Parts: sequence; C-alpha cells; structure tokens
Amino acid sequence: MSIRAMSSAATTSPSVDKVDGFSRKSVRKAKQKRSQSSSQFRSQGKPIELTPLPLLKDVPAPEQPELFLKKLQQCCTVFDFMDTLSDLKMKEYKRSTLNELVDYVTVSRGYLTEQAYPEVVKMVSHNIFRTLPPSDSNEFDPEEDEPTLEASWPHLQLVYEFFIRFLESQEFQPSIAKKYIDQKFVLQLLELFDSEDPRERDYLKTVLHRIYGKFLGLRAFIRKQINNIFLRFVYETEHFNGVAELLEILGSIINGFALPLKAEHKQFLVKVLIPLHTVRSLSLFHAQLAYCIVQFLEKDPTLTEPVIRGLLKFWPKTCSQKEVMFLGELEEILDVIEPTQFVKIQEPLFKQISRCVSSPHFQVAERALYYWNNEYIMSLIEENSSVILPIMFASLYRISKEHWNPAIVALVYNVLKAFMEMNSTLFDELTATYKSDRQREKKKEKEREELWKKLEDLELKRGLRSDGIIPT
Amino acid sequence: RQLRRNGGGGADGDDSLYPIAVLIDELRNEDVQLRLNSIKKLSTIALALGVERTRTELLPFLTDTIYDEDEVLLALAEQLGNFTMLVGGPEYVHCLLPPLESLATVEETVVRDKAVESLRKISQEHSPVDLEVHFEPLVKRLASGDWFTSRTSACGLFSVCYPRVSSTVKAEIRQHFRTLCSDDTPMVRRAAASKLGEFAKVLELDYVKSDIISLFTALASDEQDSVRLLAVEACVSIATLLPQEDLESLVMPTLRQAAEDKSWRVRYMVADKFSETFVSLQMYLCFNCIHSVLTIWLSDLCLLCPVSEQELVSDTNQHVKSALASVIMGLSTILGKDNTIEHLLPLFLAQLKDECPEVRLNIISNLDCVNEVIGIRQLSQSLLPAIVELAEDAKWRVRLAIIEYMPLLAGQLGVEFFDEKLNTLCMAWLIDHVYAIREAATCNLMKLVEKFGAEWAQNTIVPKVLGMANDPNYLHRMTTLFCINALSEACGQDITTKQMLPVVLKMSNDQVANVRFNVAKSLQKIGPVLDSNALQTEVKPVLEKLATDTDMDVKYFAQEAISGKHFTLINVNKLKMAIIKSEMHFNLLVFTVLVLA
Repeated sequence: MSIRAMSSAATTSPSVDKVDGFSRKSVRKAKQKRSQSSSQFRSQGKPIELTPLPLLKDVPAPEQPELFLKKLQQCCTVFDFMDTLSDLKMKEYKRSTLNELVDYVTVSRGYLTEQAYPEVVKMVSHNIFRTLPPSDSNEFDPEEDEPTLEASWPHLQLVYEFFIRFLESQEFQPSIAKKYIDQKFVLQLLELFDSEDPRERDYLKTVLHRIYGKFLGLRAFIRKQINNIFLRFVYETEHFNGVAELLEILGSIINGFALPLKAEHKQFLVKVLIPLHTVRSLSLFHAQLAYCIVQFLEKDPTLTEPVIRGLLKFWPKTCSQKEVMFLGELEEILDVIEPTQFVKIQEPLFKQISRCVSSPHFQVAERALYYWNNEYIMSLIEENSSVILPIMFASLYRISKEHWNPAIVALVYNVLKAFMEMNSTLFDELTATYKSDRQREKKKEKEREELWKKLEDLELKRGLRSDGIIPT
Repeated sequence: RQLRRNGGGGADGDDSLYPIAVLIDELRNEDVQLRLNSIKKLSTIALALGVERTRTELLPFLTDTIYDEDEVLLALAEQLGNFTMLVGGPEYVHCLLPPLESLATVEETVVRDKAVESLRKISQEHSPVDLEVHFEPLVKRLASGDWFTSRTSACGLFSVCYPRVSSTVKAEIRQHFRTLCSDDTPMVRRAAASKLGEFAKVLELDYVKSDIISLFTALASDEQDSVRLLAVEACVSIATLLPQEDLESLVMPTLRQAAEDKSWRVRYMVADKFSETFVSLQMYLCFNCIHSVLTIWLSDLCLLCPVSEQELVSDTNQHVKSALASVIMGLSTILGKDNTIEHLLPLFLAQLKDECPEVRLNIISNLDCVNEVIGIRQLSQSLLPAIVELAEDAKWRVRLAIIEYMPLLAGQLGVEFFDEKLNTLCMAWLIDHVYAIREAATCNLMKLVEKFGAEWAQNTIVPKVLGMANDPNYLHRMTTLFCINALSEACGQDITTKQMLPVVLKMSNDQVANVRFNVAKSLQKIGPVLDSNALQTEVKPVLEKLATDTDMDVKYFAQEAISGKHFTLINVNKLKMAIIKSEMHFNLLVFTVLVLA
C-alpha cells in the first residue's frame, strides 16, 4: 500500500516534483497507443463485396418493408476492424446503411411487419454477440489500467442504437418479439456486460432495461442470471466488468418490487448483494451497490438488522480504502434507519465503529468520526447514549491521548465533548473507572493465558497417561 | 446450553471443567483472533474432554454455533478432518459428519472446499457399512440441496464413496452425478465438470463409455464457455481410461470441436493442456492423428505459418497464443533436437516477434528447455530485440518478469554479450518509477555480481550506482543505498570499504530523513563486511551523530545500528517494530504532503 501511495503522491501533487521526480512520464517513453481489441474473427481472407441498395426514402412506400429486410440482411456481414486497411469502402457502406436504418425505425410508420422481427434480432445477434476478447493483460486492474476499447465500435454503436430505437418504437410488439428475444438471447446479452469498453456497457444497460420493462416473461429469468453472474464474480472469478451497470439496473428493479417482498428478493439481498462487498474491486461499483441496499431498506426496514450484521461480518480487515467505503455505506443506511431497528443493532455496530475510530489509518478514523456531524445519527446516539457511550468511551479516551494525527485528536475531543454534554453522569463515571477497567481487562487477559496453559498441561498429562486417546 | 451447565457447574470437581469453560468463553469472544485461536486448539480441548464428551457435547455445540467469520469456519473445517481419533476412532467417525455437512453448505468457497476436503479424508475412515448408512445419505442430501453451495460440494464427494458401496447405491450415485451435470445453475455444472475426470477414474469401464462420455459431450457443448473449458480439462483423464480403438470415436470429435471453439477461453484451455493431452494421446494414437489435431489448433491460431504479418495480428487469441507459447517450449524435450530445429524453431522465432508481450515472455521464460536441447546461441540474435522491448514494456509486471530472467540469460549469453547489449538495461531499471522494479533491479545486480565477479562489478556497475548518490531525486539516492546493501557482500571488503563506504557516510548529511535513516540501516547491513578499523574510526562517529538527529526514525535506526554489537543480527521483534515505525513515518509523510497540498 505504501508503495502505491508513494507513487501516487508523487504523481498527483506537482509541488513535490523537485524532490520526487518519479513522475509517470519520466521513465516511460515507449509509445502508449490506446489499446483496441476486437474478438470478431477474420471470417475470410478475401475482400467482402456488398451490392449497394437504393435508399429507403427513394423507393415507393409499399416496397420499403422488402428493402428494409434486405438491408438488415446485408448488415449481418461483420468486418474485421483490427485490420484498418481492409474493406474500407464496404465498411463505410455498412456504416451509412446502419445510420439509415436507425433513422428509418425512428421516424417511419408501418415498417414493422411480422417478418421483420426475426431479421432484426438476427442482424443484432450477428453483430453484437461474440466471445469478448481477453483482457490486455491477466492483471487488468480497472482502477489503474485504461480499458481496451472495442475496435469495431463504429458499427457496433450503430447496431446498438438501432436496436434501442427498435425496442422503443411505438409499433414494437413484445408479443411477437418474444419468439425471438428469448432466454438464450438474454443470456448472451448478459455475458456482453463483461465488455471492457464502457461505451458498450452503457448501451447494454439501456437495452437490458428496455427488455426487462417490456418482456414480463423474462423478468425472473433475467434476475436469476444476474444472480449467477454475481455469485460467480464473488466466489469464483472476482472478474466481471459490468457489475456497476447491472447493479444500476437492479437499483431501479428493486424500486419497483411489490410489498411484502418475496423470499426470492430477500435471499438476493442477503446471499448476493451483501457478499458483493467482499470483492477486491469494490470501489468500482460501491456507489451502485450501496444504492441497491438502501433501496431495499427503504422498502422493508425489518431487513436492516441482517444487512448491518452482514456488513459487520464482511468488515474489511486489512484494506483501509474499503473500510472507508463501508463506513460511507453504513452512514447512508443510518440515514434511513428506523429508531426501533437502530436499537436492535446498536451494540455490534458501535463496537465496530469504536474499532474504526481507533484505526491508525487517519482516513478511517476520520470517516468514522464524521458520523458525529450527522444530525440524525447524533439524535440516535443521544437517545441511546447509555448503551453507546460505554462501548465508545475506552477507544475515544485512548485515542485522545495516543493518536499520531492531530486532526483526529481534535475530532475525538469534539466527540468526547458531545458525549459529556449528552450524559455527564455516565461520562464522569466512565472517566473515573477507566483505569480500573483497563486493569481488569489486563487481569482477564492474564487469566485467559493461564487457563490455556493449564489446559495444555492437562493435555500433556493425559497424553502421557493414555498415549493420545483417553478412556472415559 | 447443556455445555454451560456441565462446564460451569463444576460438579465433578475435576480439571476437566476447564476446557469447556475456556472454549465457551473463547468461542464467544468478540475478538476474532481469540475465537480463531481457540478453534485452532480444538484438538487440545477435545483431548482434555475425552472422546465421549467430545461426541456428545463438543460436536453438537460446534454444529449449533456454525455461524461465524469465514476465517474461523475455515479453521474449524480443517480441524475436523483430523478428528477421527479424538471422537473414538473409525467406529465413531460418522459423528463428525453433521458439523462438516453444515460447513459444506457455507457460501465462502474456501470454507466449503476445506469442508469437502475433510469429508473426503474421513470418508476413507468409514467402514463400508457406515459409508452407506451415514456418509452416502449426506452426499445425497447435499446433492439435492436448495442452494447451489451444497450441490457444488456434493460434486466432490461422489468419487470417494463410489468404489466402496453396493451396486444399487452406485447406480444412485451415478444418477445424482448425471443430474448435477445438467443442473440449472452454471456454478454447479462447473463443479460437476471439474470433477468429471476424477469421477470417471473410479467408474467401471462400461459406465465410462455409456455415462461419462455422454456427460462429457454434453458439458463440452454447454451454453457457458466456463463449463465447456472445464470439460476439456477432464478430457485428459478420460482419454487415459479408454482403450485405443475407442478414442477416435468417443473423445476426438469433442476435442476437435473444443480446439475450434468460438470462445478463446476454451481454446486456451486446450492449448494449456496441450502437453498433457499430447502425452496421454501419444500412447494410443499414431503420430499422424496428433499431427492433424495440432494442425487444427496451430493453423487455426495462425501460428504455424506466418505467411504474412497480418495473419498474426489476430488479437483475439492472445491468451491462447501465450498459453501455447509456454507449453510449446516444453515440447522440445519430447521431440528431440532435429525435430525441434525443423518444426519448432521457426515457431519460437515467430513468437519472439509477437506483438503480445506475454507471448514473448513465455518463450523467454521457458528458454532453459530449449537451451538443453539446441543451445541458446541458435536464438541469441532473435532474442535480443525481444528482450530489449520487454525491458521497456509499459506493464511493470512484464518488466519485472524479464528482470527475473536476467541472471539466467546473462549466464547463458556470456559476459561480453551482456556488457555490450544488456548492461544499460539493467542500470535503467534502477531508476524505474515502480518500486518493485527498482527492488528487483537491485537484487538482479547482486546476482550478476555473484556470476561475473567483483572485478567486473568494480568496473561496470559500482561507479554508476555510486553516481546516483548525487541525484536530485531522493528516491534515486535511496536506490544507491539499497544497491550497496545488496552488493557489499558479493563485492568484498576492499571495494566496500574503499568505494562504497565513503559515499554512504557522505549521505548521512542528506536533507531527507528517509535517506538518513536508510544510511543508518545500510551501515548496519554492510558492517560485517567492513574491517574493524573503519568501523571504529569512520562508521561509529557518523552513527553517533545520527543518533542525535532531529527526526525520531533516524534516531531510532541509528541507535538500532549502534546497539547491533558489531552489526550482527537484529532481533526479529525489533525488526517488526522497525517496520511499523517506518510505516508510521510514511503515514506522517503522506499526511504532511496532503496538508501542504
């Protein structure tokens, strides 16, 4: 951590440049081209020929549907964009055809014949469904590395654009489309969310949102598959680029859940969303995740306890950066918590907060201490000061004497002052017994050690007596 | 609850009440570390309790309190695998099943895997009867569990009980395995696919042919590529089980299909398992057949005949290529010198020019295989540009990897070649902007000096290293110190005292505290190499001066060095303290920087 922080300190603050010349550019002069990748296979070695068709607006209306189908079929041809020199003319032709199709589905009426549906889905499938290319390196770190962009984007973007217009078109009939936009289609669509290209994931988000909205029969399936993606992400690979986007969609799905919540949804919260917090790359989707969690709690406040217990269970042990995120999320939860729920969870919760407050990492301590600036949380603490103060006191007292960071010490003094004003009798009592409490703790610690020692002696004795297996 | 009564009551007045009281106390402690400690000493507790109370009280208690931090559960799962004697021997081993069953349904993969591992272990200690009465029902329960975790765990348990149960139960087990292979969730199908090979090994040949092959074919054409690739992995063991005449019809079609899979991940797996499959197939198949498979892969991946540059620039299969690059080197030992030169050498050379750094790196890092067969000289001209490019790669991990091969390359290419072509690279790494690279570069220098000798060091490396001591950048100056730390021993007393020491001493006046306390550390480090005269007259005064420094860390390390009694070993605890201190120092530094900014 220190190394990374050191180099980032070096790059982010120009004022120390003179002492610390390790700016990123100082050593690296190798060409840094923006990396592009595509998994589209070179289908054939020879150039692709498409016969140019007339513009849709140039033919009489009755002939348009026919021509529309032909154009869709032409657009099934996929070009190799890694080779920037091949098929230039045809690439341009396909681009303009796609553009025309986008305009056409937006403004035209009566073009959507029943025959058009399978052709549209076929064209879209041919273009967007592909095995995503491997990441540029095994160690791709979405926080640090530039994403690899999809080389065939000039076409792909238009295909997505077209598909969205198609789904949003007034003439679009889900009852016909569901024959073609089925589970298999959705499954392939979901796999694309792993794309490294953020532009593509953005389009996918809209597409999936529309499909979820229009195809009631697919909703449960979509949720289940997203579950599977998340579970694989958490427990198997720790790698999936589209988690934030999927969570964003889920955020609005959760919003629409009917009350009382189904068991399936609660299970999703506890078994999928909470474990998502354990993932290393949490920072990439934490905002969306926290939003989903808070959505759930606003729907059903009785979920507060399992959620907070879950967070406490997965509380980061070594990663301070994540700890700060957890504290942020907890504050969001506390902002909406009901006082009755708060009481249920306050003890384990404040034991954790007291540990955070005494973290040697000042950002963690600071983030936890900021809770005392939050009026609603303050009011909850005040109501329950007789429980919370004894939990917090020892840490606060100790930090006020020992923390290396003066800003933290100042904040702690404020918190202590607030507590003193809240409940001065208890405060004085705790101050008076602080020393003896510490001594009692030490004594207990010693007793424990002795107990274990006795136990080991016992084992030794018995072991000698019966060679490892004791007759009863 | 019963435990507390028995444990806390102290009715028997025996020392046996300690363990249970301790356990309860410790298992409920807020501090995870203490809970963890007590779980790790579970055998002590069980031993003290005796086998009966372990069975009747401890195990039910553990089964009830299974909700805890994964860390604790992991330790528990591991402990229980070694508990047979503590519950009274194989006769009672089935008592361990309930807690392990719960653990096998936990979400966290490592816990579950450990529970399965322990279950597999104790399954061997069950008698055939117990296996059918206790163990197999557990497997069945897991296999039909609601949540995917238990079904996943079940996949790993079929193969351990199959060989020792009656034929009716065997049929049931096969049925369960079949069901899990077509499970609704991909997680379970993946688990089943990954155990396919293992399960095939314990099945009777007829069932391998009838059951396993159809499952293999189905999994190998699963809708998810993550399942397909695991099926490919199983192919190796399946192939070894089948008689030669069946291979072509039963395995090869699927393997060919996998080699041409539209997903690069599957092709990657085929490539990755290349050597293994190759060896296992070689036993049965004539060379032509293998050759045809090879050709499919290789031509498919545009590797065999680099007709034009463009053919190679198919970015899709980077990973596949890189996997092939690493296994292909291993082939040279199988194929022998002539074949290697004829068939593989052109491939190596083509891959050394590959645009993907991993491909090149995999070739270079497996050079020793080829070196054994044909000698490195054959390759040196093509190697150099590849090395130089990797040395400047934008990814620091690639740079790190090539540094690690430097000593090996230097040894094989010889000192002249090294001085001429590679020396500048090695020096450039010392001022890399990534610390890990600077550190590796330092270590690399040490290994080079060990290889080429002190005289070489004096002429080529030492002057450059010492020159960096005047660099305006304090990180460069510290690198000088780190290099000196690493090189002093290899360079010997003379060079260290005459050339390095003066520089170190001069740096004790550096304005940056980090440099000064590293001077103290360096002096401690190189102390043993120096003669006692220099120690007394030169080193000691400087350390004494540093011991009165205004910075607390400088003071600390200077005192540390002085008290090190002729600079011998420091005690480990102090070292830890030192690390903590230096981190704190760093925190302060960051804080200051932030405040200033």
